[in-house]
Amino acid sequence: MALQLTARQLGWLKGVLFVLALLPLARMVVLTVTGQLVEPLEFITRGTGDWTLYLLTITLAITPVRRLTGWNWLIKLRRMAGLYVFFYGLLHFLTFLWFDHFFDVQEMWKDVLKRPFITVGFIAFVLLIPLAVTSTNGMMRRLGGKAWQRLHQLIYVIAPLAVLHFWWMKAGKHLLGQPILFGVILGGLLLFRLKGKLGKAPRLA
Amino acid sequence: KLAGKLNPSYSALDKPTPYKDATSYNNFYEFGTDKSEPAMYAGTLKTHPWTVSIEGEVKKPVTLDLDSLLKLAPLEERVYRLRCVEGWSMVIPWVGYSFSELMKKVEPTSNAKYVEFISLADKKQMPGVGSRVLDWPYTEGLRIDEAAHPLALLTLGMYGEVLPNQNGAPVRMVLPWKYGFKSAKSIVKIRFVREQPRTSWNLSAPNEYGFYSNVNPEVDHPRWSQASERRIGEDGFLARKRKTLMFNGYADVAPLYAGMDLKKFY
Repeated sequence: MALQLTARQLGWLKGVLFVLALLPLARMVVLTVTGQLVEPLEFITRGTGDWTLYLLTITLAITPVRRLTGWNWLIKLRRMAGLYVFFYGLLHFLTFLWFDHFFDVQEMWKDVLKRPFITVGFIAFVLLIPLAVTSTNGMMRRLGGKAWQRLHQLIYVIAPLAVLHFWWMKAGKHLLGQPILFGVILGGLLLFRLKGKLGKAPRLA
Repeated sequence: KLAGKLNPSYSALDKPTPYKDATSYNNFYEFGTDKSEPAMYAGTLKTHPWTVSIEGEVKKPVTLDLDSLLKLAPLEERVYRLRCVEGWSMVIPWVGYSFSELMKKVEPTSNAKYVEFISLADKKQMPGVGSRVLDWPYTEGLRIDEAAHPLALLTLGMYGEVLPNQNGAPVRMVLPWKYGFKSAKSIVKIRFVREQPRTSWNLSAPNEYGFYSNVNPEVDHPRWSQASERRIGEDGFLARKRKTLMFNGYADVAPLYAGMDLKKFY
């Protein structure tokens, strides 16, 4: 009795989600250009970081939700979700490079190497790049299903790094409620996969 | 509504931050940890009546109400740079007088080596006091010679007005050569003590916030550099951050720290 979608409905859904995922960015832009923010840079840095994490969680939730509900069409939305993770992660990185270091790459490297909290965020971002690059059908074919899948399991490294980055950022003020929440959700989503792998169904997505 | 005579020798020439920015972008965790929360929630703070009790190693302990505080010394206006430990800065015209005026009145004994400032912590008026971010009440401290420095301003107003609640009404300290959090807000008690007091942020994260917390571009915060800062309302998207100055540009205070390793005593 799982919900099925026609190709047309799926196309619509994709379009709607594509626009929805741009709304956080649109909000940042509107609030900034209308001068409603005292410190837009802080707002944008936080906003892009938050949305990277939200979208990462959504992306990783697709497979478990699909298996629990039987809504197999959800898999068709995963690439877009994943690319949005990269998109907001890229904006987050650019904010750091632009506003913190004014494109002084040498200065940026110093920061990346010196501060563990930035180091892990940076590694997480760099690891996203090969995933974004190999997200096309063509690349998938060229790599072959197995190799592609193994490469994309990098997300299981990226997600904990992202949470650790967030954790360290909040730790100075002991505001760990949100990092714990994300840690638990992402841990649960990863455990779900582990369970799937150890159980009789060997498919891992 | 609260005017002070401009003291040009203690006034920066920097352009003052717009009043709107200085009153809507605040760190005042008693009202929440978001910058916008103090402006939203500090309305519940009752600043009348208000008393400040001054006690400890003083010859004349006293409890002063606001009127007595306002009359204790002539009010001055001083335009100070404010550098937040988070890497942003503002320029604010404060109204008050040197803390040393108050010291003259209560006469610290020779045992008084430090001063402790204790802020109000009333859950009913301050929704953030329930949070575990810090141990309440907010407590700050200075060495006695720092407190006696003429730059240390006992502050009752800003921009020619009484202090808005979100900026630490009705009475706060302003120490322009130190990171902003050293300047206690909504003070209810001032104690002169023999030992270095424990301070809230130092207790919370000793590796990030030292007792002195002087503005120092050469000593990084563990999570970010302190070499530069962004001036709120002035430095826009296309501006490189401006260089942070030693002691926030207040070189007058340097003799207070002569011979001290400021990397160790951060």
